[in-house]
Amino acid sequence: MGTPRSYQTQAIIIKQTKLGEADKILTIYTPEFGKLKAVAKGTCRPGSKFGGNVEPLTHSLMMLARGRNLDIVTQSQTIDGFLTLKSDLWYMACGFYLLELVDSFTVENSENPLLFDLLLDTLHRLCRADSSEIVLRYFELHFLHYLGYRPQLHQCVICDSPLQPVVNFFSSSQGGILCPHCSEKEPESRPLSVDALKILRLWQDCDYATTKRVRVKAELSSQLKQVVQGYIKYLLQREIKSLAWLEELKGS
Amino acid sequence: MVISCEPLARLIEAFNKLPGIGPKSAQRLAYYLLHRPDEEAEVLAEAILALKEKIGLCSVCLNITDCDPCLICQDKERDHSKICVVERPSDIPPLERTGKYKGVYHVLHGAISPAQGIGSEELKAKELLSRLRDGSVTEIILATNPNLEGETTAMYLRRMILPLDIRITRLARGLPFGADLEYADDMTLGQALEDRREF
Repeated sequence: MGTPRSYQTQAIIIKQTKLGEADKILTIYTPEFGKLKAVAKGTCRPGSKFGGNVEPLTHSLMMLARGRNLDIVTQSQTIDGFLTLKSDLWYMACGFYLLELVDSFTVENSENPLLFDLLLDTLHRLCRADSSEIVLRYFELHFLHYLGYRPQLHQCVICDSPLQPVVNFFSSSQGGILCPHCSEKEPESRPLSVDALKILRLWQDCDYATTKRVRVKAELSSQLKQVVQGYIKYLLQREIKSLAWLEELKGS
Repeated sequence: MVISCEPLARLIEAFNKLPGIGPKSAQRLAYYLLHRPDEEAEVLAEAILALKEKIGLCSVCLNITDCDPCLICQDKERDHSKICVVERPSDIPPLERTGKYKGVYHVLHGAISPAQGIGSEELKAKELLSRLRDGSVTEIILATNPNLEGETTAMYLRRMILPLDIRITRLARGLPFGADLEYADDMTLGQALEDRREF
């Protein structure tokens, strides 16, 4: 027996691209197959059975049929439309940012169920209107971990010596912390205070419930955001487009 | 296939640049025109030239037009205190076909799409705000598409217009005619229930 012609999977819809007059190509993230592209036929027609069930930022249960090039979505039922998130401009922008990160860092057909769960949990957290700064940093650090880019925060990446409670440095190109001595070899590295390093370690090592309980001062939070997002930008070798929108909203 | 005849080759190349037209279709179109009467080719050529020469943006609503202001903005019979905000010029004809709207329009020429790096700066949102300054507008109808980008744009515009104390409305979201309740998504069905009417 060959592979079955159709299969069912949970999916978080990441992106839609138009295909011809009425169809759309969906980019979805699934627990079993990782990122997939599939065609949803007739989505643009009024009265389409898909409608809002295949909009980005939706958690759906999908039935897909194997196609020659792309698989075809035959059924889609919303499990959670994250309606609270979608009714707030800021949280929706955070959602766009998560989706862009997942889309940019993952390749098709590479399963990563932990990443799926992280994305789903993070969207639920945004719906509960938890502090978006902590939700996003927690997501970014665990996201990097699940993809194999976990930054080394416990010893100097160059000389392996344990870190002293002094101002250390974060190097994006080395993927972790440098002691003051080694940082001289890496002029691009950013200074990181003792408190900042403690918070980064907490976010990286603890579960979300613990992370949430620790309040972080706005100044420290913005410093950490720059460090983590600087690392992401270095890995991706380009800007994350939806960050510009988050910054614009913050400024207005 | 090598086309030795230069004008024909140029036309094929020009057709080939159009969306959805491959090299074979381009050749077919070019050969078709070659065998049609001269007048037909002239009409087509003139129409293409006129498109670029005569069409511009209306200085008021930014819709595409061949006269400035456009016919809708010129029309004294229309209610200029209501502005319906749409994403694209192509959104206006379907609204006009309903025959139920007698106000004027504003075309944003896009929607906020963070994933594509399109922010509010890329839209004609500033022009909308400057239209609202003289205080003659009493209602803004946000008719951006009912998808994530359209919703983001509507929420952003709402935030901008709110301090001006103008009534802001959004096109109702609900079940399209010919739809099936069983397949409706939560957001649409929820909205349809909330906005239900006396029957």
